[in-house]
Amino acid sequence: MAYTEKELAKELENKKYEYGFVTDVESDVIRKGLDEDIVRLISSKKNEPEWLLEWRLSAFRIWKKMEEPEWAHLHYTKPDFQDLHYYAAPKTKKTLNSLDEVDPEILKTFNKLGIPIEEQKVLSGVAVDFVMDSVSVKTTFKDKLGELGIIFSSFSEAVQEHPELVKKYLGKVVPKADNFYAALNSAVFSDGSFCYIPKGVKCPMELSTYFRINEANTGQFERTLVVADEDSYVSYLEGCTAPQRDENQLHAAVVELIALDGAEIKYSTVQNWYPGDSEGKGGIFNFVTKRGICESRAKISWTQVETGSAVTWKYPSCILKGDNSEGEFYSVAVTNNYQQADTGTKMIHLGKNTKSVIISKGISAGKSNNSYRGLVQMNAGASNARNFSQCDSLLIGDQCGAHTFPYIEVMNKSARAEHEATTSKIGEDQLFYCNQRGIETEKAISLIVNGYAKEVLNKLPMEFAIEAQKLLEISLEGSVG
Amino acid sequence: MENIIKIKNLHATLQDGTEILKGVNLEVKAGEIHAIMGPNGSGKSTLASVLAGREDYIVTEGEVEYMGKDLLDLSPENRAREGVFLAFQYPVEIPGVSNINFLKTAINEIRAYKGEGPIAAKDFLKMVSEKSKLVELDNKLKNRSVNEGFSGGEKKRNEIFQMAMLSPTLSILDETDSGLDIDALRIVAHGVNTLKTPENASIIVTHYQRLLDYIIPDVVHVLWNGKIVKSGPKELAMELEDKGYDWLKKEVITE
Repeated sequence: MAYTEKELAKELENKKYEYGFVTDVESDVIRKGLDEDIVRLISSKKNEPEWLLEWRLSAFRIWKKMEEPEWAHLHYTKPDFQDLHYYAAPKTKKTLNSLDEVDPEILKTFNKLGIPIEEQKVLSGVAVDFVMDSVSVKTTFKDKLGELGIIFSSFSEAVQEHPELVKKYLGKVVPKADNFYAALNSAVFSDGSFCYIPKGVKCPMELSTYFRINEANTGQFERTLVVADEDSYVSYLEGCTAPQRDENQLHAAVVELIALDGAEIKYSTVQNWYPGDSEGKGGIFNFVTKRGICESRAKISWTQVETGSAVTWKYPSCILKGDNSEGEFYSVAVTNNYQQADTGTKMIHLGKNTKSVIISKGISAGKSNNSYRGLVQMNAGASNARNFSQCDSLLIGDQCGAHTFPYIEVMNKSARAEHEATTSKIGEDQLFYCNQRGIETEKAISLIVNGYAKEVLNKLPMEFAIEAQKLLEISLEGSVG
Repeated sequence: MENIIKIKNLHATLQDGTEILKGVNLEVKAGEIHAIMGPNGSGKSTLASVLAGREDYIVTEGEVEYMGKDLLDLSPENRAREGVFLAFQYPVEIPGVSNINFLKTAINEIRAYKGEGPIAAKDFLKMVSEKSKLVELDNKLKNRSVNEGFSGGEKKRNEIFQMAMLSPTLSILDETDSGLDIDALRIVAHGVNTLKTPENASIIVTHYQRLLDYIIPDVVHVLWNGKIVKSGPKELAMELEDKGYDWLKKEVITE
């Protein structure tokens, strides 16, 4: 029988999160709550230098005076920051030399995710630095990258081995006081990834990190710092799935990208944190600060496919400081059931002849709300700056919402900004039309959604694009009964 | 001759219970073209939609046998896969999905249903180039999103192009002539006539006689108030054009 919108809506509601499982790994958890002692404890557990502890403490003092922002189009119960664990790390008995030494439970997790690390190593040439909870367990391909002078390691490791680089760039794009969640992250960040590409080096492989939240009630505070030195190039992939949980889990990551003169950074994310169940219970709170700075002729390109999280607050941005620098933002954000997303970007044009492109594709289903919020700012010195923005919304069913909040500030007469926006709907008519051509409803939805998101998916590296397509399907489809 | 479709005493209502089809009987044999005419609101488009499986309607009584199968028992996609094609009165736009990708997906879904593997890219492209000539479809339209930004005439030609690509056993054309200028009408008719074989059949739903100047039907039926009240040879269409539907209403009432 033909498919009605009601049935479609019902089916989407019943679609279960397919990646909900918990890995049974022994964890090292410190007591709940946040004060200076906890900050000191985290720092000492990680054997950090004094300057980093001071940096954390000053961030904590700033955070204490800050208020959680309320301007986003999001409605949720604010987390009780004193009722969270701020540190959890898998207990590792010794340093690992090969995959054989990795906890079989962890390997099992990867197999469930369909990302066998062995296969990735062999087939795709991707170096994977996977983060189980907060501490990096294993970094592969490090030696190969080392030959080129590329540093790709966990953040903690970088603090120990390259303190001068970390000290030079940490907090330079996202200052401690930038916002509530960034300040919190600066105080308690547990681990993350660090990447440095030396002058003139083109990184020969896609660098990739898989994040998972694992310990119940553990705030996850990742810190990523990517520095591309002059005329270098790197493509960085970040993908995440998380186990199913009843209580909300807080995720407040900070990602800083630094592209020096003539450098290019491509940063791609596929985000599939647990979105909560069909009644809106549970799910991850994802409050992320991502920002990059471009020096002369540098380019930063953000691509994100966001399908998960109960609440998403995320604006990967570019500061186009150098003349002739470029920023790009390509985004697909899917919300279903009671998910809420307030996401977009900021393009801050400071230099002359700077260019930016924003392509945002929102997809809302169920009772969800999906907002695009973007700022294009052409400052006084940004002569001949150009921006093109396109913000599209796709609605499935009649109980969801799509919202667009574009801000454009132009302070230079020669600068130009263009903005286009559309809203469309997957309707019964479209589905019936597809059915009448022999295409079943599930396939039809996938066809329509992928067609709609094509421009963004095309920007992802191949192996990620396939995973992203799969995620879109999983997020929106059910088995047609 | 073999029956393609046999409709017996078909009754259908809207979701709110309003009865639209009140006992339709119709038999179409292989190699035939049947025209269904009738005034506005007589149930012509409803009949087309019910045969294609649109859920806005509920079949309350009757049977439809299609190629020996119970058509009403099949899902809309399986009806399509079994060779029932509906040329829509208002073709739907699908932004971001290219016409070509859409058709390739449709063809491969139909092939999979029949246990065949996906069509080879070369064969597919050859077929596209052949069939698009049939309806003089602009090359650009093939790569554009399905029906998006197409003119009314282009949409209708695209329907016939899809019909040519899917080579259905039973084509149902729902008011395909509405909104067409004379050139587009001729192109569409040429397409339909060319696609006619001794093995397939067409049901052409139309309000006006003019399409039937180009597509010569074997039988003309008049649907009125949810029932076929008169059937006859192609001359019946001319008679209707001359005398109008009121003539028939009187005749039906007096009978």
